[in-house]
Amino acid sequence: MKHQDLSPGDAHEARRNAFDAAAARARCMRYRRRILDISQQVTALHVAPAFSCTEIVDLIYNELMRWPEAGQSPDVFLMSKGHGCMVQYVILEEMGILERSDLDDYCKPGGRLGAHPDFGVPGIAASTGSLGHGMGIATGMAYAERAQARDGLVYLVLSDGECQEGSTWEGAMMAANLKLENLIAFVDLNDFSGLERMSEGHPAFHPLLEKFQAFGWEGVKVNGHDADAIEAAVRARSGGKPFVVVSETVKGKGVSYMEHVPIWHYRAPSPEEYIQACEELVEISG
Amino acid sequence: MRNKFADVFYELGASDPKLCIVVADISPAGSIAKFRTEFPDRFINTGVAEQIMIGMCAGMAQRGLRPFAYTIATFTLYRPFEFVRDDLCYQNLPVTIVGIGGGVTYSTLGGTHHAQEDIAIATAIPNMSVIAPCDPAEAEAATRWCATQTRGPVYLRLGKAGEPVLTDGAPEPWEFGKLRHISRGSDVCVLTYGPVAKMAADVAERYRAQGKSVSLVCAHTLKPLDESGIVEVLKSHDQVVVVEETSPYASLGSRVKQLAWDAQATCRIDTFCLQDEFIHHYGDHAELLAAHGLELDAISAKLNLM
Repeated sequence: MKHQDLSPGDAHEARRNAFDAAAARARCMRYRRRILDISQQVTALHVAPAFSCTEIVDLIYNELMRWPEAGQSPDVFLMSKGHGCMVQYVILEEMGILERSDLDDYCKPGGRLGAHPDFGVPGIAASTGSLGHGMGIATGMAYAERAQARDGLVYLVLSDGECQEGSTWEGAMMAANLKLENLIAFVDLNDFSGLERMSEGHPAFHPLLEKFQAFGWEGVKVNGHDADAIEAAVRARSGGKPFVVVSETVKGKGVSYMEHVPIWHYRAPSPEEYIQACEELVEISG
Repeated sequence: MRNKFADVFYELGASDPKLCIVVADISPAGSIAKFRTEFPDRFINTGVAEQIMIGMCAGMAQRGLRPFAYTIATFTLYRPFEFVRDDLCYQNLPVTIVGIGGGVTYSTLGGTHHAQEDIAIATAIPNMSVIAPCDPAEAEAATRWCATQTRGPVYLRLGKAGEPVLTDGAPEPWEFGKLRHISRGSDVCVLTYGPVAKMAADVAERYRAQGKSVSLVCAHTLKPLDESGIVEVLKSHDQVVVVEETSPYASLGSRVKQLAWDAQATCRIDTFCLQDEFIHHYGDHAELLAAHGLELDAISAKLNLM
């Protein structure tokens, strides 16, 4: 077993140059619209938590993960904040890994997609929904890649709320102990847990990046809706440690009445609210 | 049992590069220490952190490794319960959780170290298999099975040390999910599992001394339980005695009584297990068991064997 050389190289640089931020913006607008459409089929979905991490998840799937064969990647995407899965579903649909009928049957009898991702469904790496599980699983996955001399990268999306779980920090410490440079985590720092603003209810939660750094991680803080900045940060990592992108985001990003309003953690828009949301959607550049 | 597990794990791990052991700050006993030295990348110590021990095992299994999680029984299930349930059982991953010293084995360490309800907790989770060998030979057979099975998660409850070999003369081999007759008779059947099997064997011997024809049966697989095997035992004996080291809830004794009702069995059934109680008592393992009422003479008195 040996550590893989995962430091950014020529191939990465070539990809970096090829990064099409405009295309990413267009995709993200499309994904938000598709999620709004699904919200009119069934009310059991988390719109705002998906909108805060849309740019992050799009970037991982469409720019960072490698797809040598359609639908097959040596890398792993793990949505630890399971309640953000709507954006994962619509991306997997666009990639052809999920069928349109899967999304049509979302949360319906006979369907295979629920409000949290389920292991065994195509494209879903782990069952999440209970917060604080993703870091441990991702650490095991990244370790397994190295132990079997494979170069798979594990991309993990965490909510800020689940960084209150002690298990997240057990995993973070272990990932750093093991020097898992093939683990890249993104914290969707929208500053809202289910009940309240993190910075008001739990001021000691901040600063977050420094906590990861103190646990032995390399990391940066970026605007989580600026795909270009996130992409550049990931490509510029030094290696030798797990890497975290603390991504400052807006919960409900793109729909004025959802932004920073806790009820949209789980509420679906009414028909009138849906029309307003669709009218408001624009391409977001940060 | 612990040393036998270590010997077998070392042997299997030496030839299977996917076998890994993830421990949470527990001293590697016997051959596990050798395994750690020879295969350092496949021995992982998460420290005093049981949630990541289980979570890592899940991720490792999902990416092609075959991990065993290993620590004192209480800390394998209780601290990381939701990780066992969601990461291993809900995802149905072939990870073996090795719980050392189930029941009240850690008799001087107090109630924080007693896994007296572990069988109930582990058997309650869908997809989980639960195995509690009755002697080192069964521990070896069970470990070999766990190392290659594809069924899903397993809770392997092992004794700590010093358990005698009881199954040398058994007429049938260890088989996952099947009762194992250690001896066959027709009047009384003593059903048991785990290190307390020695006490059950002594109970069987007292029946024999009274001229009874006695079966001694190891129910090493608590889940899936060999229900048809138990019904057969219930129908073919006049009396069934269950001796086990676990709390009464979801115990083998309670399952035997359920099956007896459903099968309309008419035999007498006596069950002996730990009390549903935290007993503030210190001593050796036998003394802790006795404090719970699990003691040869006490059981014999209730069975009119004195």
